[in-house]
Amino acid sequence: MIALLLRDLKLAFRAGGGFGLGLAFFLIVTVLVPFSVGPQSSLLSTIAPGILWLGALLACLLSLDRLLALDWEDGSLDLLATAPLPLESVVTIKALAHWLTTGLPLVLAAPFLGVLLNLPVPGYFWLVISLLIGTPAMSVIGTFGAALTVGLKRGGLLLSLLVLPLYVPTLIFGAEVARLGATGMETQTPLLMLAGITAATIALLPFASAAVLRINLR
Amino acid sequence: MIPDLGKYADTVMWSYIVSIGLLVVLVAFSVMRGRKVRAELEKVEDRMTRHG
Amino acid sequence: MSIAAKANALWEYANPRKFLATSERVMPFFWITSIACIVIGLVWGFFFTPDDYKQGSTVKIIYLHVPAALMAINCWLMMLATSLVWLVRRHHVSALAARAAAPVGIVMTLIALATGAIWGQPMWGTWWAWDPRLTSFLILFLFYLGYVALWEAIEDPDTAADLTSVLCLVGSVFAILSRYAVNFWNQGLHQGASVMRAAAITGTDTEEKVSNIYFYPLLLCIIGFVLLFIALVLYRTGTEIRARRIKALLARERVNG
Repeated sequence: MIALLLRDLKLAFRAGGGFGLGLAFFLIVTVLVPFSVGPQSSLLSTIAPGILWLGALLACLLSLDRLLALDWEDGSLDLLATAPLPLESVVTIKALAHWLTTGLPLVLAAPFLGVLLNLPVPGYFWLVISLLIGTPAMSVIGTFGAALTVGLKRGGLLLSLLVLPLYVPTLIFGAEVARLGATGMETQTPLLMLAGITAATIALLPFASAAVLRINLR
Repeated sequence: MIPDLGKYADTVMWSYIVSIGLLVVLVAFSVMRGRKVRAELEKVEDRMTRHG
Repeated sequence: MSIAAKANALWEYANPRKFLATSERVMPFFWITSIACIVIGLVWGFFFTPDDYKQGSTVKIIYLHVPAALMAINCWLMMLATSLVWLVRRHHVSALAARAAAPVGIVMTLIALATGAIWGQPMWGTWWAWDPRLTSFLILFLFYLGYVALWEAIEDPDTAADLTSVLCLVGSVFAILSRYAVNFWNQGLHQGASVMRAAAITGTDTEEKVSNIYFYPLLLCIIGFVLLFIALVLYRTGTEIRARRIKALLARERVNG
């Protein structure tokens, strides 16, 4: 299991593009926002938590089609399916590798991009916390979407259409935590809901992803 | 014939037009596709029986 | 007949031929009664019910808005049930019925959204508000779109049936989650704004407020929409079964010839 994780991480770094691309996308989205809504810092600081959450979510989405596609093309997915390791764990490892290479960098980059959008000071802590709790759910849900569309030649756009509605609860609660935190209000309820969704998706969704992958590998 | 709908006449009429229009389009589309598929199936089955 | 025997008899409709024969027999009944119910209900509601003292004549939109909204949700529930049947018992008719129902659900959601927007314009002064109920329907619409797109994208029919069924199950859970999330989100934004309270006009809250004058034509319309939905799904499932048969025959022809 650890060997598989290390292999995935190594591949992600070696491929070069996959690792930095999400971060670069996040940066560009954040830079473009003031151009589109105007440079007033009061406006920017109001929308900053939401924009940063949306940017992280889109950057995450962008990297999903590479999650399983490479392994599918070179046939290593078939190999993994026949390996003694249950497919559920394979899927979980894949999601973990995706989170480590995409989600975690986004979380670490978010505060620096927050400066660009004039995020209020108390917001930084809550932004990082909410992203830290929310991004694993995005990786796990994304793995499910990637497993659904893995056999399709042009799955990228379909993948977005399938995954985005599934991101709605995570986005709502995550952005709510960041927004409430930035205005100095109580964040406990949405934070607990966000954590609950993340825990539930990590616990349950890999079974669905593995089932879907088995169907696709048939 | 049309009852007096007051100042909301446009609102009411448009919702009826849009809804009934959408329903008619749905039914028409279903029936059209149904007819087409049925005819095609007959053609294919016909060919199959002739060729054995 | 005992209950068990009846249940067994129900499964016989999983046989495509039997399904086609039976649906062909009962479909005229559903078409005629549904159209009769909708026409009578709408005419009754449109011509013979008084205006509401607060909402004026816009109250007549309820005869389309509420049935469509109900069917939009019921259609998803039906797809969920048939998807489960397909996953557990592998009856092809069941999977095809779910596929046949989805576009009907899309249209019902569209009608609910469109009439809601047209109704909301004079009542709340806006076409669209991010009210929890409205937002949930928009999300439901997105789920329908994704479901249909996945069906269209996959070549192999059995794989498509499997994948869309799983998507329907997972999507249902997330749709319910979204419903609660949206409720929470909007409360967090507007603490009981007056426009939002007007949102209670739509949906279930209505039934308590609506007096009998409006209730009976509304009930007729709801029954009509349910019957129309059944007729449409029966018809469209028949189409899907035939399309599937064409595909199988052509594949056999290619192998033989």
